[in-house]
Amino acid sequence: MSDVLAVAEHRRGDLRDVSLELLTAGRELADQTGGDLHAAVIGGAVDEFAEKLDREGVDRVLAVDEGEEFNHDVSLQSVEQLAAAVDPAVVLTPNSVNGLDYAPALAESLDLPYVSDAVELSIDGDELTAEREMYGSKVATTCSVDASDGVVATIRSGEWPTAEGTGDAEIESFDVEIDDSRVFSSVRGFEEVGGGDVDISEADVLVSVGRGIEEEENIDLIRDLADALDATLSASRPIVDNGWLPKNRQVGQSGKVVTPDVYIAIGISGAVQHVAGMKGSDTIVAINTDPNAPIFDIADYGIVDDLFDVVPALIEEFEG
Amino acid sequence: MKVLVTVKEVARVADDFEIEGTEVGEQYREYDLNEWDDYAIEAAVQLAEAGEDVEVVTATIGPERSEETIRMALAKGADRAIRVWDDALEDVETLDVGAKAEILAGVVEAEEPDLVLSGVQAEDDAFGGTGVALAERVGYGWAAVVNDLDLEPGGDVASVRRELEGGVEELTDVELPAVLTIQTGINEPRYASLRGIRQAQSKELDVQTLADLGIDAAAADSRIDVTEMFVPETESDAELFEGDAGESAAKLAGVLRDKGVSAE
Ligand SMILES: Cc1cc2nc3c(=O)[nH]c(=O)nc-3n(C[C@H](O)[C@H](O)[C@H](O)COP(=O)(O)OP(=O)(O)OC[C@H]3O[C@@H](n4cnc5c(N)ncnc54)[C@H](O)[C@@H]3O)c2cc1C
Repeated sequence: MSDVLAVAEHRRGDLRDVSLELLTAGRELADQTGGDLHAAVIGGAVDEFAEKLDREGVDRVLAVDEGEEFNHDVSLQSVEQLAAAVDPAVVLTPNSVNGLDYAPALAESLDLPYVSDAVELSIDGDELTAEREMYGSKVATTCSVDASDGVVATIRSGEWPTAEGTGDAEIESFDVEIDDSRVFSSVRGFEEVGGGDVDISEADVLVSVGRGIEEEENIDLIRDLADALDATLSASRPIVDNGWLPKNRQVGQSGKVVTPDVYIAIGISGAVQHVAGMKGSDTIVAINTDPNAPIFDIADYGIVDDLFDVVPALIEEFEG
Repeated sequence: MKVLVTVKEVARVADDFEIEGTEVGEQYREYDLNEWDDYAIEAAVQLAEAGEDVEVVTATIGPERSEETIRMALAKGADRAIRVWDDALEDVETLDVGAKAEILAGVVEAEEPDLVLSGVQAEDDAFGGTGVALAERVGYGWAAVVNDLDLEPGGDVASVRRELEGGVEELTDVELPAVLTIQTGINEPRYASLRGIRQAQSKELDVQTLADLGIDAAAADSRIDVTEMFVPETESDAELFEGDAGESAAKLAGVLRDKGVSAE
């Protein structure tokens, strides 16, 4: 039991980038256990995906030709059978929305510990050490996980580099048997949401507002700033959840990924799902009363102060 | 129809805090209802309001202190509450997903709900796994990260939308009984009314030990231990503008102009 099984993810015909990051994380662990790295992909254009997963450091790629798109019941049963064949020390999946939809069930069904959203992983014998964050990224923890029978771990995207090069893995198709009595769900389709008046991913300058704004009517203050800077208004999720701005203004994992020249985060804490959408911005400015807000970790410039004092002063600067 | 909502009291960390060993100092923690669970409660109460005969029960693993949070859920319309606590849980710092699923499975087996709603994640430990692990444990269907729920009271299929990354939603049917993990934004959680708060005082809040639920005390043995806690290292050193709001705004304005930001 020293091998590592990394289960890739794809959607609507594309292998998702985090799948290649998973290979890097998997290779690191396999180097520590002295085992092989097995990459698996379930469903869709499996042969094409399997080729893409044959990167440097991958020993074997297992292609499971079951279904077109992700179905968690099928993935669960497939990985159960893959795990039985590979006997891995660690099963790795992305901490994506689909990871959230089956990895915990997998841990439960294999009776293994489950550690999610790891930003660092290492293994030494029967102990896996994972670094992960708590309290909206305000603190980090090192966890010790009992790995004597194996572990299911999910990794945060963007924390490991993507595996490069072409490998010389054995590519095999792997047949599974799906027990229909354990299939409780069926996917009927997909829908894009969040179209509308503007495309925030096209903007050069974004003024982005978060829960620190407190009340719907206070959004006008931020709108005034956006006008004064000739910028586009965007927001963190709670603002959109509250119905204060439409969905097409949401920056983040489940909103839009934006890469403006300047991103001004006002009253936004910098939760990982928000940061996922804006960390590629050229210059990041944060205005927040909390000096420990994680947004300052990725900001280039910051003001630790009350937005209700700073924003009017900033508008004044530009409108003079 | 019976809907069980898993409710967690979470800790929030104050702006300025200190870490003591592997914990944030107690004096820097404030306790509240988990944000995601608030939406789950609202979804359940809306089902009850739409249907003839829907009972909403909440289930919490937590010490006596968490009754404040549970009363909040009752004030928002849940019919009764179950709180699981045990001496064996008293000194457990990190209850891992497997342990939570095992304990909540005891509640599900006792209550046999048609639908379990839980939050996508808890704000504090952010494991994001309890609902789905629970479903597997009790043999229910499930769906994670649900931001729309269409269920005829008495129906046997929940039609949901799952919110994937990048503004894509998946439309999925799940057979009941099922566990759904609820995403924020699915509804608009109500405030507890004064009347609701008064009524909540007389609603049943049942405290159960592990033994009461037929669960071995070993369930409290987490397979994950937090061995270190620290403030994450910053990736970049932000230049912080000091001074009063006027001064710092002026400095920021200078930088923004240098970057080409300006009024038209
Ligand atoms: C599956 C999933 C997907 C998600 N997708 C997204 C997504 O796409 N986008 C997204 O944004 N979130 C997303 N989230 C939610 C995310 O986890 C956070 O809950 C959210 O980003 C927090 O938004 P916020 O920073 O505005 O609010 P908070 O975290 O509440 O932060 C508010 C900040 O305002 C500051 N503040 C308060 N008052 C003032 C004041 N007067 N002046 C200055 N500062 C002040 C506070 O110090 C605090 O830092 C997702 C979560 C999950 C589980």
